[in-house]
Amino acid sequence: MNLTFDEARHFLSRIAFGGTPDDIRRVMRLDRATAVAQAVAIPTNKAQTPPPSWIHGLPPSPRERKRWSESERKVFHRMLKADGHELKVWWYRELMATHHPLLERMTLFWHNHFTSSLHKVRWPPFLYQQNVLLRLHALGSFRTLLNFIAKNPAMLLYLDTQTNHKAQPNENFARELFELFTLGEGHYTEQDIKQAARAFTGWHLDLRTGAFRIDLRQHDDGRKEVFGTAGSFEGDDILSLTLEQPQVARYIVGKLWREFISDTPDPGEVDRLAESFRRTKYEIAGLLQDLFLTAQFWAPENRGVLIKSPVELIVGTTRLFNLPIEDIGPQIGSARRLGQDLFDPPNVKGWPGGTRWITTSTLLERTQLLHRAIRGHETGHAHGMADMGQAVGANWLAAEPIDIVQATLLPLAPVQPLITGEERGQAVHQLVLDSVYQLK
Amino acid sequence: MIENGPNRRALLKAAFALPFVLLRPNWLPRLWAADADGARTGAGRRERLLLLVELHGGNDGLNTLIPYEEAAYYQARPQLAIPRDQVRQLTPKFGIHPALTPLMSLWEGRELAWLHGVGYPRPNRSHFRSIEIWETASDSEQVLDKGWLSRVFEQFPVPARFTAEGVLLGKGDAGPLSGGKTRTIALHDPGQFLQQAGAVKPVSLPTTNRALAHILEVRREISHAAFDLQGRIRQAPPLAINFPASRIGKQLEVAATLIAAQVPVAVIKVTQGSFDTHAGQSAAHHRLLEELAQGLMAFRTAMEKLGVWKDVLVMTYSEFGRRVGENASHGTDHGTAAPHFFMGGQVKGGFYGTPPSLTDLQEGDLKYTLDYRAVYATVIENWWGLPAISFGTGRYRAVDCLA
Repeated sequence: MNLTFDEARHFLSRIAFGGTPDDIRRVMRLDRATAVAQAVAIPTNKAQTPPPSWIHGLPPSPRERKRWSESERKVFHRMLKADGHELKVWWYRELMATHHPLLERMTLFWHNHFTSSLHKVRWPPFLYQQNVLLRLHALGSFRTLLNFIAKNPAMLLYLDTQTNHKAQPNENFARELFELFTLGEGHYTEQDIKQAARAFTGWHLDLRTGAFRIDLRQHDDGRKEVFGTAGSFEGDDILSLTLEQPQVARYIVGKLWREFISDTPDPGEVDRLAESFRRTKYEIAGLLQDLFLTAQFWAPENRGVLIKSPVELIVGTTRLFNLPIEDIGPQIGSARRLGQDLFDPPNVKGWPGGTRWITTSTLLERTQLLHRAIRGHETGHAHGMADMGQAVGANWLAAEPIDIVQATLLPLAPVQPLITGEERGQAVHQLVLDSVYQLK
Repeated sequence: MIENGPNRRALLKAAFALPFVLLRPNWLPRLWAADADGARTGAGRRERLLLLVELHGGNDGLNTLIPYEEAAYYQARPQLAIPRDQVRQLTPKFGIHPALTPLMSLWEGRELAWLHGVGYPRPNRSHFRSIEIWETASDSEQVLDKGWLSRVFEQFPVPARFTAEGVLLGKGDAGPLSGGKTRTIALHDPGQFLQQAGAVKPVSLPTTNRALAHILEVRREISHAAFDLQGRIRQAPPLAINFPASRIGKQLEVAATLIAAQVPVAVIKVTQGSFDTHAGQSAAHHRLLEELAQGLMAFRTAMEKLGVWKDVLVMTYSEFGRRVGENASHGTDHGTAAPHFFMGGQVKGGFYGTPPSLTDLQEGDLKYTLDYRAVYATVIENWWGLPAISFGTGRYRAVDCLA
């Protein structure tokens, strides 16, 4: 049975960044199984936007830094800041222009899972490389992704593995590996962390080459006991032992459920999906397919129950209204004020999301942002929604019947119903500023 | 300011002499007393305010309040220990980090109370879980969904005329004020807030959609707060005090502005971070403490000038302290108990509680000596004069550190 308009709209709002009436109608030709199968079969795992020029650069050595004058240091910090900004611009452009929104949604999901920040890593090329890694495996194997991320330069710096030495293990990575990356709080002991941390000693980033290596002098190859098993475990063994815990699949499925369906995962369904996720050796695409085919994903009561993240709000609005993406500095600033600065999550847990996106301060900022988008104030050009018809591709705002416009913009009936016969520009303005526009 | 202090005290005494049922059942006896005073003198006396300072990331207590006489301290931290001659000595046993030097005048004026070894049994070393425990006043294994202050305000609602229960400044979230019906206003800049709030109209619409209900509730809070702030901020006297340009300095400046404008709220929360000093701790921690001390001193000056320092209680908290021994990255890992402080015009300066032993450790961490819920009891019972509230499985006795 083919999808209805509302189903197709819902599907795009969850697995992409929403869609125009034409996008929605394309999906309406499909049934659920076909729509889902097509969505997860992404023919690429690379970004299409050309990256900045500096992505292969290596950081200056500590010895070099020591020789710097105060002004050289200042120049360096300015460069870090400018490059960090350029990195954000690069990803936003990709988010706004991609033909594979689910690939970006999943890259964003993993960025929020395996977090690292410019603030701590202080070398934008490493963050770029991490982003490429996350996209490469975004719908691939969670096992592979985890193995690579544990040796990823940005992660080695972000969670202090770089300074994890045999004599004094630094527990930061081991702790977050269990607590945030794989098991979740309450499924390991403090002892597990202390022992696992020893296995990751000497896991360093060679700053001369930018490559991962194990520094054997700093590495503790002694006996460790983790999850009740003892052995001369290496870091890779710890990752394998962790992935043997059935809890890992449950933890990841629960998190994806909150991302794509609702904030109340169904325990029975989570167990079922988790079992299949484990059986398939942690294949993410297959898991997503299962997830998108649950009854709960499509249930009318789960529509419009999630709050758009700042990035979803900004990227979605830009795509829906075909707003220009040449100068997106202001949007990046808005997203930061809304609590989501890409490549700079607040801490290792990432952005808390959900209703926490909306506070008195951020709700006002969201309203301002949408005002500006509608009026085209951001760039001074005449491509706000008010200039509907002129903006390439956004003529649907003027051309479609008003009920289709409303059903495209909002997942549920507006809080403030439209008055019949309202002038179109006014009506669009009102719908975008309606509280329901914040939902997906 | 409180020229009518004695009156108030007399009134309070009388209030406490009455059986509890005769007290107004629904808000702070002292606030009612204050209001009565205000009515009598026409001076518009202020309410008692709690300023929460969250030290985000887990502040290193041992390098904040330093046991500079203990050999074990220097043994555990060959790189990070503060040399004895740099410690600002408060007593023959304890001193503060040199970056906290601005607080010396407060200490000497006996307006600073240090509480030793604040923590809880079976400590959790996860940032997220441990701060959740602190925020909800739960036991270590108990998961609660409401902040401890939200629970206080649920049992003892603030007067209807209050703008909100709390104001949040900086990046931190509602934490102790989250959950339930507690209204919080998150602000960066009051002027900008007012300008933007003009476009937001409150709507009420019954809905079972939690996300939508939350957005509509926030809209109502904005409208209410904007209406209230408008007049007050316009009439407030300028502060004319220089606050440091640090993030915490700016937050404290906004806090002082709101207090000067007499915006009626019970709690203002500021946040400083990040104290998660796993690596290269010395310089980072120095800067954090220095910014904190300078900001708090400017705040105190502003409060003194407004004549309300006696009506403000500053309280620090953090998810945990840090490991006694330093790590190889010139930093410290997640630990357990840590000292915290109260400051304010009504604080009885000094040390309270028992310092944890540096040699009798639990997995390399300090054993707590004061349950953090005793700190909350101090605020609830001794600051606001409310009846005790039970948290988790136990009752915790307030610390007698307020006048």
